[in-house]
Amino acid sequence: MAVRRHIWPIVLGTLFTAFVLISVAVGFDPGKEMGSNFLGFLLQMLKVLPPVFVVIGLFEVWVKTETVERHLGHGSGLKSYAWAILMAGGTVGGLHVALPVAHALRVKRARLGVVLAMLSAAGICRIPMTLFEASFLGWKFTGVRFLVSLPLVIVTSALLGRWFERSGYELPDLEGR
Amino acid sequence: MIVLYVMAAVLLVISLLANREKTVKALRIALRRFTKIAPAFVVMLVLVAVALYLLPEQTVLHTLTPESRWMAVAAGLGVGSISVMPGFIAFPLCGTLLSRGAPYMALSAFSTALMMVGIVTFPLERTYLGWRLALARNVTSLLVALAVAVATGIFFGEIL
Repeated sequence: MAVRRHIWPIVLGTLFTAFVLISVAVGFDPGKEMGSNFLGFLLQMLKVLPPVFVVIGLFEVWVKTETVERHLGHGSGLKSYAWAILMAGGTVGGLHVALPVAHALRVKRARLGVVLAMLSAAGICRIPMTLFEASFLGWKFTGVRFLVSLPLVIVTSALLGRWFERSGYELPDLEGR
Repeated sequence: MIVLYVMAAVLLVISLLANREKTVKALRIALRRFTKIAPAFVVMLVLVAVALYLLPEQTVLHTLTPESRWMAVAAGLGVGSISVMPGFIAFPLCGTLLSRGAPYMALSAFSTALMMVGIVTFPLERTYLGWRLALARNVTSLLVALAVAVATGIFFGEIL
């Protein structure tokens, strides 16, 4: 049952491992490079993810649904989007960190639009990344990019969120019974 | 990175002092969430590893500096959507591209699409959001990236 559901990851993982091992054995450089890319990223992930998941676990246990709903849920108004942008600014890592956080927020009844805004904004305005961007491309470039993209992200996220919520869309259940 | 560990550790200790049972429950949830999503992570990592090989910096450099600005923008959107790289690699690369004559609007398209649109991270995103919402979010993000690129072009006097 569990095997059948994870058939794709298993097949892909096995094929990839075999490919890399054979590449190493016969000295096929592209394969070796892909293997080292994989290991590099895997290590990076394993470094970031444990504390993230611990914080998410604590969040689920301690933070009341009503609190999240009051600040980020329906009827919380525009301020909730400001929170979403602020949270995104404080995110470390990329989508692989933002996604579990987004899911945890949604489970606690944050509005879908706010969750989507947080996800997309996490790509644009993570603070350390912004400093980097401005130092290489100039503050003018970063400024324009922010001023145009953040409002667009908020508007499109709000619309998408409303649209999907109206159609009764639910996120996949990751609870695992 | 260290900040994250310190934060997690501090919260964990506070939680442990406040309520042991709840803390154990929190760690159980953390572990279950992690194992549940691990397969999707493996898929993403394999795709990332392959994409990184197929689109090394040289290729990006080559694709983003064509004759036509609009071609450069289109290339920026495309390459940005496919590739995955951390900001500390992407922005120095953008700096190099700029000095090699890539227009600002193409760099804007590339960096925005890179951070907001993810083809190789799609399997992971689908696991969390479901494929319909994940697809909708990526398509709108691509449009946002295009709009941002056009705005950058106008602001830097590259178009109009």
